[in-house]
Amino acid sequence: MDKLLEVKNLTLKFKTDEGLITAVEDVNFSLNRGEVMGLVGESGSGKSVTAKSLMNLNAANAIYNPESTITFNSTEQEIDVLSLKRPADLKVVRGGSVSMIFQEPMASFAPSINIGKQMIEQLQLHNDISKKRAREISIEMLDRVGISDPSQRINQYAFELSGGMRQRAMIAMALSTKPSLLIADEPTTALDVTIQAQVLDLMKDLVKDFNMSIIFITHDLGVVAQTADRVSVMYLGRIIEEGSVREVINSPKHPYTKGMIAALPRLDNLGSPLRPIPGDIPSPLERPSGCVFNTRCEELVGDKCSLNTPSFTNFGETRRVACHLYEDGSDN
Amino acid sequence: MLLATYMKMEVITKMADLVKVENLSVSYKIGGGLFSQNYLKAVNNVSLSIKRGSFFGLVGESGSGKTTLGRALLNAVPISSGTAHYDDGDVSYELSTLDKAELADYRKRAQLIFQDPYAALSPRMTVRDIIAEPIEVMKLCSSREEIDNRVRTIASRCRLNLEHLRRFPHAFSGGQRQRISIARALVSDPRLVIADEAVAALDVSIQADVLNLLKTLQQDMGLTFMFISHDLSVVAHICDHVAVMYLGRLVESAPTKELFKAPKHPYTKALFSAIPSLNPDDQGTAQRLEGEIPSPTNQPSGCKFHTRCPHTIDICKKEEPILQNTDRQHEVACHRWKELFNI
Repeated sequence: MDKLLEVKNLTLKFKTDEGLITAVEDVNFSLNRGEVMGLVGESGSGKSVTAKSLMNLNAANAIYNPESTITFNSTEQEIDVLSLKRPADLKVVRGGSVSMIFQEPMASFAPSINIGKQMIEQLQLHNDISKKRAREISIEMLDRVGISDPSQRINQYAFELSGGMRQRAMIAMALSTKPSLLIADEPTTALDVTIQAQVLDLMKDLVKDFNMSIIFITHDLGVVAQTADRVSVMYLGRIIEEGSVREVINSPKHPYTKGMIAALPRLDNLGSPLRPIPGDIPSPLERPSGCVFNTRCEELVGDKCSLNTPSFTNFGETRRVACHLYEDGSDN
Repeated sequence: MLLATYMKMEVITKMADLVKVENLSVSYKIGGGLFSQNYLKAVNNVSLSIKRGSFFGLVGESGSGKTTLGRALLNAVPISSGTAHYDDGDVSYELSTLDKAELADYRKRAQLIFQDPYAALSPRMTVRDIIAEPIEVMKLCSSREEIDNRVRTIASRCRLNLEHLRRFPHAFSGGQRQRISIARALVSDPRLVIADEAVAALDVSIQADVLNLLKTLQQDMGLTFMFISHDLSVVAHICDHVAVMYLGRLVESAPTKELFKAPKHPYTKALFSAIPSLNPDDQGTAQRLEGEIPSPTNQPSGCKFHTRCPHTIDICKKEEPILQNTDRQHEVACHRWKELFNI
């Protein structure tokens, strides 16, 4: 399989009044064409910041470590995303080859411009096409995402559409430039379950039709289980476990992943009590030394947990876990 | 002998209804103009009862009227027709006809926990002042000492320490903030607590923690909860009884175990099947509900669910089904529940 995206040694700090805050630390991953990767973690785990880095979209006070590289293999060329500075150069990763959809579609559309105008504008920005052609493509895309009567709907404003419709229109807009990578940041969190199910189905179909890759950011493991091929779990800015969805969800290895799955209310064991992970996620200003999870971990293996950062232990080709439990090669 | 009588009484009080709602409707006037005659019926002819000391769940999609129903029980929106009777053993009120003094007393007995712990707490007040505000407003304590005692007691029940009370909300995480909101709601020692999407904004590990806390508080303080949520798996874990709403109507109501084992309304079944399964092998196997919830201003005829129901026949489009008791407190409003039961 050929690699679409490769992230190496991504470390990112934000300069704030209270000092430097580490948002992402030493993150490495790659993504193949046509693959759906889930990026899971609690709020504050750095999953959105990681995704925004892929489009060089973080706030101006973000400081990337000089060793960080993000390489994007578009069909024509290899792009070093973090070296792009001029807005004109950035166009290719902002809406061209990479598109992003957000959690709240009401906030992503301009309220006083009809959706058609917005769709046409961004299409013309990325492709050298006429307004008429752009309108045709937009109507086609709206039809493709299941919006009935698209030639009428295209003249409507975001507030005239229901939540599910708005998210469909958002997806249509993001996909109309035929990106090779779609970043979906909690795209269904604001939707009802029945609508969420429809939108997830739609996204799965589109991946196949467009041979697109998706990075699916969510805190909902059920959503990941139903959409992704592979999953990376993040905690306090670090990837702590990675593997195929089946492996990670059915037999989690990192104590944090185990804790997260145990805390989920499940319909198949109604009688059993919910088990929260003890403690709260530490404030980014009080980043724990050693393993970032050691302040809440229930399976500490001694002093090294609070002293040394665990390195990855590999299990097979795709599975790796950063935990001292497995460093001696055992598989407990 | 005495103990036996006492326990028997306990059982009886537990079985009594705290809230009994009959044919309750809430309408909002819509459209401009002083003389506008257009109404939106957000809650339509709902009847239900909530037992004392129970954890009552109310589920449905956005627009189903669950929040409006919760607000009507708090007397925060006017009841248009029907009755809602409140009886906690000490006092009993008819909520649609409360006078000023009764309402003031009812406010102490019925409280609300909000969804968003970031928006619910004033950033300019210390946690102590936030929790103390309701008892000050309601004049429940005569001295500052008494207030402080009460705040400390409820704070420690919600696992907040003295150090926390001196700080401002911005210093707290989402889970801690929700514990502060809970303490604020419970400080007046209410009997009925309405939790409107109280854990929806929280991460899973914290969500589990807050749910466990609510359950403990309910048992320790003898509270009755109405838990409004769109998340069926959360409701399944915490509630004793669940009611499902669709477009302002109650479509099904049953004890939790019964409802999850044998849902009878096609809408309830569809809701269950839409929950993303944690098993990756289930990808693509779930049944999908087509379309969206209709607009409450332009409601379908007959059964309100017939536009999306996979089992619609002629009668569904013409006649609205009434909520009927099937067995053991299991109620359903569907013309075809008997024949569809085994599907």
